[in-house]
Amino acid sequence: MTAAVLDHDSAHAHEEHHTSLPVNSRKLAIWTFIGSECMFFASLITTFVIYRDSHAKGPGPKDVFGVPLVTAGTAVLLFSSFFVVMALNGAQQGNRKKLLTWLTLTVLCGMFFVGMQVYEFTHFVHEGMGYTTNLFASSFFTLTGFHGTHVAIGTLWLGTLLKDAYKGRIPPTKAVNLEIAALYWHFVDVVWIIIFPVVYLMSLGR
Amino acid sequence: MIADTAIVHHAHDIPHASAGKYVQIASILFLLTAMEVLLYEVCFGHLREGMGSFSVALAPHFVSVLLILSAMKFWFVAMFYMHLKFDIKILSWLFGFSLMIAFVVICALFVLFTYNRTLWWWSGTW
Amino acid sequence: MATTILEPAHAAAYAKRSVLVEWLTTVDHKKVGILYGASAFVFFLIGGLEAEIIRLQLMKPDNHLVSPEFYNQLFTMHGTSMIFLAVMPISAMFFNFFVPLLIGARDVAFPRLNAMSLWVFILGGLFINFSFLLGAAPNGGWFGYAPLSSRQFSTGVNMDFWMLGLQILGIASLAAGVNFFTTILNMRAPGMTLMRMPMFAWSVLVTQVLVLLSFPVITVALILLTADRTFGSSFFSYTTAGGDPMLWQHLFWVFGHPEVYILILPAFGIVSEILPVFSRKPLFGYSAMVFSMAFIAFLGFGVWSHHMFATGMGPLADSFFSLATMLIAIPTGVKIFNWIGTIWGGSLQFKTPLYFALGFIAMFIIGGLSGVMHAVQPADLQQTDTYFVVAHFHYVLFGGSIFSLTAGAYYWWPKMFGKMLDEGLGKLHFWLMLIGFNLTFFPMHLSGLLGMPRRIYTYPAGLGLDGLNMASTIGALILAAGFLVFIYNVIRAWRSDAQAPADPWGGATLEWSIPSPPQEWNFAVEPVVAEKDVLWAMKRAAGVRTLPEPARVSGKGIHLPSPSWWPLLTASGILAFMVGILVKGPVTHGFPFGLVSVAGVLLTALSIFKWSYEPVDHPTTHTPH
Repeated sequence: MTAAVLDHDSAHAHEEHHTSLPVNSRKLAIWTFIGSECMFFASLITTFVIYRDSHAKGPGPKDVFGVPLVTAGTAVLLFSSFFVVMALNGAQQGNRKKLLTWLTLTVLCGMFFVGMQVYEFTHFVHEGMGYTTNLFASSFFTLTGFHGTHVAIGTLWLGTLLKDAYKGRIPPTKAVNLEIAALYWHFVDVVWIIIFPVVYLMSLGR
Repeated sequence: MIADTAIVHHAHDIPHASAGKYVQIASILFLLTAMEVLLYEVCFGHLREGMGSFSVALAPHFVSVLLILSAMKFWFVAMFYMHLKFDIKILSWLFGFSLMIAFVVICALFVLFTYNRTLWWWSGTW
Repeated sequence: MATTILEPAHAAAYAKRSVLVEWLTTVDHKKVGILYGASAFVFFLIGGLEAEIIRLQLMKPDNHLVSPEFYNQLFTMHGTSMIFLAVMPISAMFFNFFVPLLIGARDVAFPRLNAMSLWVFILGGLFINFSFLLGAAPNGGWFGYAPLSSRQFSTGVNMDFWMLGLQILGIASLAAGVNFFTTILNMRAPGMTLMRMPMFAWSVLVTQVLVLLSFPVITVALILLTADRTFGSSFFSYTTAGGDPMLWQHLFWVFGHPEVYILILPAFGIVSEILPVFSRKPLFGYSAMVFSMAFIAFLGFGVWSHHMFATGMGPLADSFFSLATMLIAIPTGVKIFNWIGTIWGGSLQFKTPLYFALGFIAMFIIGGLSGVMHAVQPADLQQTDTYFVVAHFHYVLFGGSIFSLTAGAYYWWPKMFGKMLDEGLGKLHFWLMLIGFNLTFFPMHLSGLLGMPRRIYTYPAGLGLDGLNMASTIGALILAAGFLVFIYNVIRAWRSDAQAPADPWGGATLEWSIPSPPQEWNFAVEPVVAEKDVLWAMKRAAGVRTLPEPARVSGKGIHLPSPSWWPLLTASGILAFMVGILVKGPVTHGFPFGLVSVAGVLLTALSIFKWSYEPVDHPTTHTPH
């Protein structure tokens, strides 16, 4: 929530403003926010790892996790990082068609990932793993749920930028508008790069 | 492999690599993910039967190899897609410092939590 | 910085606003700062009133002035208010008002985000204190230990108010953290390198690093507690298989220890501004001051478990955290010696700010010494959860932070409001505060060592505690008298017509080069900085003791960020979201109160959306750098 606020804050303000460091203020701010988010996800991941084996009642990781589905989700998120970086490339070159194409693909990937997670959660609940069934379930849903919320916010954010791009509001001089959203998006991807092995593969392979 | 990449500097720091570079990184990331899944399948999954002694030898190193593979993916995304390699150094310091504090706190909490249950570095169980 | 002409339409929009609308929609860092200060001072008075009632209850043995249940609410809210609603936001007042002035900027990097932090803070503070009206104020201690804070042992809405209120306040702190970190790194005037910055700006920068890396941890802890209390999980309770209350303690203190440095580092910064000015000497050991502060902050992430020595973490963890804690004494000692080095041989100007700054050094040393005693784990086992601990943290939080913030208030009051506070009343305030403070808290060392537990409702006669507690209570009343003098001083200055000069103290930093109070655009001409203590350098260059009084200019040519409603609306959405979670908990009767949360999210999302497309007024031409 704070992420979206700060990136949108001075949406048009400081591009041409004097800055002490050779970096746009909003870009510095999103990096600061990303640094802060490291501690957010570190705490959630720690909680998950501590409670990973607390499933005396109800299903545990080996009963519910399936590798193919999350691998697909992981691949989609990785692809979307590639797509958004291509879209940014297009924005910086002033290539509208390139920008629109790749950005559309990015947003679709985000939607697919969120869909994948909704499907996964529904599936787990059908398997008898509710939010409060055991601590493994609670910490799993909390961690991946908050990651999914980040993906959803990122998708919305990139969606508004897609609308802007469509209306021609992202010329090369304003490519930084997309760049900060892309930085946030990559960070969300990087968190998943940790969640995928630590939460899924390591819980299965023991 | 990096030195020949065209790095374009605009008036106000919009450094970026070429599109070709991005494709290259995407392939590497994809490959590393495939290796992660393969590693799991060899050690514990469907390929375990067929691999015999190789699986048995690899399984104890599953966690460390997996973490190294993810760290590599992390590094590629941060350096190239997030442009840390081309951007001003303070951003790398910012991210690096946060990651270090996060990593140390995770490890410390982990030790503190397992300490009373079992001395994990003696018993070898995580 | 070149400026452009204010567009007529914009100027008209400015003129039309009523005073109320002007303050509700302001994005001016100085107005935001004043609002922070005013609201935080009100919360400070509420927290102080709570403390006075606590002291009256403990005045004599077997007293029953208030009920035990209300007593629990009092000490919980006293701690929570003083930390999150008083010391942090009063520091934030100084961040807001003075960081841009000290670094030579026209505003913060994100003025609207700044306004949002303010409104989130105010609404969060009102939210927590609203619980008193329901007779259900938080009652589980300011660190909300599990499982006492779980639904099983805390059935009312008391701790719901606490956990959701802190969550709201955390959002304000994080947003401000991002803002000030960016501002200090990126909005400095030309030539204002990092190592030329005033020490207060450094302290704010380091503090924001602590905020950014520690508040996410309490956010997660509170999310997990919310999951436990509202959605029925058991992260922190033994009731179902596997939950571990220790996780709460660890997460809380991973946040909590950096938090105490968040409270004290700005105080260090303020004292480091005041001592040189009133000693007529530059700060002694500038770079050592910077590095010791950074080192304190860094170590602050590695000592949290010294709050948990009594939980039985084992000898290895105890030793590690003991040693790490003692290590902090080194950079802190460096700072204290540098402050003494600053006043050593100086031409001391005994004005009120200097009195409070010197009081700070003395009181903080006492608090620091008892802190080292806590670092010794075997000694700590005797002291933990006794009044000795209460004495220690009041010496660093009151003797440290509050003394320094009061010094800052006397020092910067003329700049903020254009009125001088009276010196005689200021010194009376100081002596009442110094005597009252020591009379209140020094006896607590003794009552603690005699075994009086903290948070105890009452105690029987004949344990040797009667006289000590009576002394503490009398001291607390003297302290209150000191603040009444301060309030009288403020009212007196408010009513006086005398205008404060731009530079009443012979200051060394940029804020004293502009009129008191500053005009909305701060600097009519962007300053250029060539060395540390830039104003002293300017005076030396001009060969004068005081520069001529700066003229108030018309400001017709300067662009300012437009006022905005969206920060306030965004904050309201966040409040509504939390209210929805609160009423969803224990008091739902079929009505879908979750809808309040949904409405809150929608309002916040809409506000952010509108905010990001709102035109921002800024100079269209600029000097290339």
